[in-house]
Amino acid sequence: MLFTSYRFILFILILFILYYIIPKKLQWMLLLLASYLFYSIAGLRYLIYIATTTLSTYLISLRLNQLQSEQSSFLKEQKDSLDREGKKAYKASMKLKQRRWLVLCLIINFGILAVLKYSAFTITNFNGVLNLLGTKPLPLIGFVLPLGISFYTFQTMGYLIDIYREKYPHERNIFKLALFISFFPQLIQGPISRFDDLKETLFSEHSIDGRNISFGLQRILWGFFKKLVIADRMLIAVNTIVRNPEEFQGVYVLVGMFFYAITLYSDFTGGIDITIGVAEVLGIRIRENFERPYFSKSIAEYWRRWHITLGTWFKEYLFYPISISKSMLELTKSSKRRVGDWLGRRVSIYIASIVVWLITGIWHGAAWNFVVWGLLNCFFILASQECNPLYERFHSRFHIRHTFAYRLFQVGRTFWLMSFLRAFDCYRDVGTTFQMYSTLVTRWNYSELFQGGLMQLGLTIADYIVLTAAVTLLLVVSLQGRSGSVREKLAARPFSLQYAAYTVLFIAILILGAYGVGYDASQFIYSQF
Amino acid sequence: MEIIIEILSGLHPEVDFETMDTLIDNKILDSFDIVSIVSDISDEFDITIPVEEIVPKNFNSAKALYAMVERLSEE
Repeated sequence: MLFTSYRFILFILILFILYYIIPKKLQWMLLLLASYLFYSIAGLRYLIYIATTTLSTYLISLRLNQLQSEQSSFLKEQKDSLDREGKKAYKASMKLKQRRWLVLCLIINFGILAVLKYSAFTITNFNGVLNLLGTKPLPLIGFVLPLGISFYTFQTMGYLIDIYREKYPHERNIFKLALFISFFPQLIQGPISRFDDLKETLFSEHSIDGRNISFGLQRILWGFFKKLVIADRMLIAVNTIVRNPEEFQGVYVLVGMFFYAITLYSDFTGGIDITIGVAEVLGIRIRENFERPYFSKSIAEYWRRWHITLGTWFKEYLFYPISISKSMLELTKSSKRRVGDWLGRRVSIYIASIVVWLITGIWHGAAWNFVVWGLLNCFFILASQECNPLYERFHSRFHIRHTFAYRLFQVGRTFWLMSFLRAFDCYRDVGTTFQMYSTLVTRWNYSELFQGGLMQLGLTIADYIVLTAAVTLLLVVSLQGRSGSVREKLAARPFSLQYAAYTVLFIAILILGAYGVGYDASQFIYSQF
Repeated sequence: MEIIIEILSGLHPEVDFETMDTLIDNKILDSFDIVSIVSDISDEFDITIPVEEIVPKNFNSAKALYAMVERLSEE
């Protein structure tokens, strides 16, 4: 069920009404029912996957908790009889037992994800090797990816790792855990929530709160505006360019990159606005996933502000566990001895970064273009980290670091660098992407653009006027957001002004949304990841 | 404590680690710095810093780092 479909709007309207008229203690159960209903509409057979993830995580979290309780009782009982070494050895043996259960659960759940998402990619590449050896290729197996599997698997495994690390107590009620895993607004494209963040408001009782409802509906409206007025309209031009690489080269590649940057931002943040807005109406707080990423001054900063919950997940559950693992620290130590301190201390950071970015790449899709995209992001982050001393020298010599013009340059540089890298996502093919890069210098057709070129991209003059106005509004709202919540600022204005602003937004969505008879709003880009 | 200040100053000589207590909150230390700090502290104090200890409250100041090192050394 698309967020932008009439069915979804009807679905949430009914849910909102039921949610506030039933006894409060039943609210979370209603959400569970609604989430499973939402999921089953996508396909009843997919329920088996989410149910397996829920059940395996629940049972293993129970086992982890049992082992942790056993350990603390034993240590309390043996407080005086065991020496420090004895306690250490006992703790290590208990940790090993817990780790085995954790690994089993990780294998089950990441295994499901890997088989469903990466089988075709793996077999295709394996067949490539078999072909070179002159052997008969293996038959291709393709699975339809269950809705939101990449998101809920990461969220659930994050929960289990937290239980293993004893960050917070496990959830005793399997149905509450099931709701945490399947909560429908965030099922399609995240954010990837943490259990301790979400549980307070997800399972608590909520009374009707005018502010929550009004703020939530505003956020939903803003999300629809970004998705329907900007993203879906601009996507037409992006698709025209990237699906016809023979025809649209040179300056069009540049236009495609620029348009895709706006499309992806409006699409993804629009979807997250709807998610957070729906949750807000229900009185549930979901963590923000973006912090004006296009105002970032470096790629590293961009990744701290774009899809924040995925970046945090990778940092907490992959980057640190790899980079500060015993074996990696040993490697760092020996590298420092062999190649010196400077290079030695970088070994673990480089290895962990490459692994993280490789996995970030294939998380986005089972294809080589995503692998290359991930590794290039890694390269630029590490390179810019290494160039920091150079930048520092440059800044101290020229004293321009805090000037507006230089900050603008940094923001523009980051925006374009990220847009260039995203071409791998647009063209979905490594060779074509490099070929299109090369046409930026070989096809010198820059004047064509304003001699009718823009009109060949599937958009009319009216579309360009709408897009210019809408993107300007988006930019103004983002700029305003730097000094605090825009909705709070608007709420402080007279009611008539607020009413007028939201009425205009609503009418704009109705009139200017990229739909019409026979038109079906596009699926959210991130829902396919 | 001196050793910890020395390790931190090696990474960011411009910061006053005696007083600064928002090293993570103010994004002075990034994840690469944290890996270097963990590696140096593990070497200097011969302790293992488990990944669950990598939380802002343990890395926000030199004092917090020292408290973590002391606690882990006693365990």
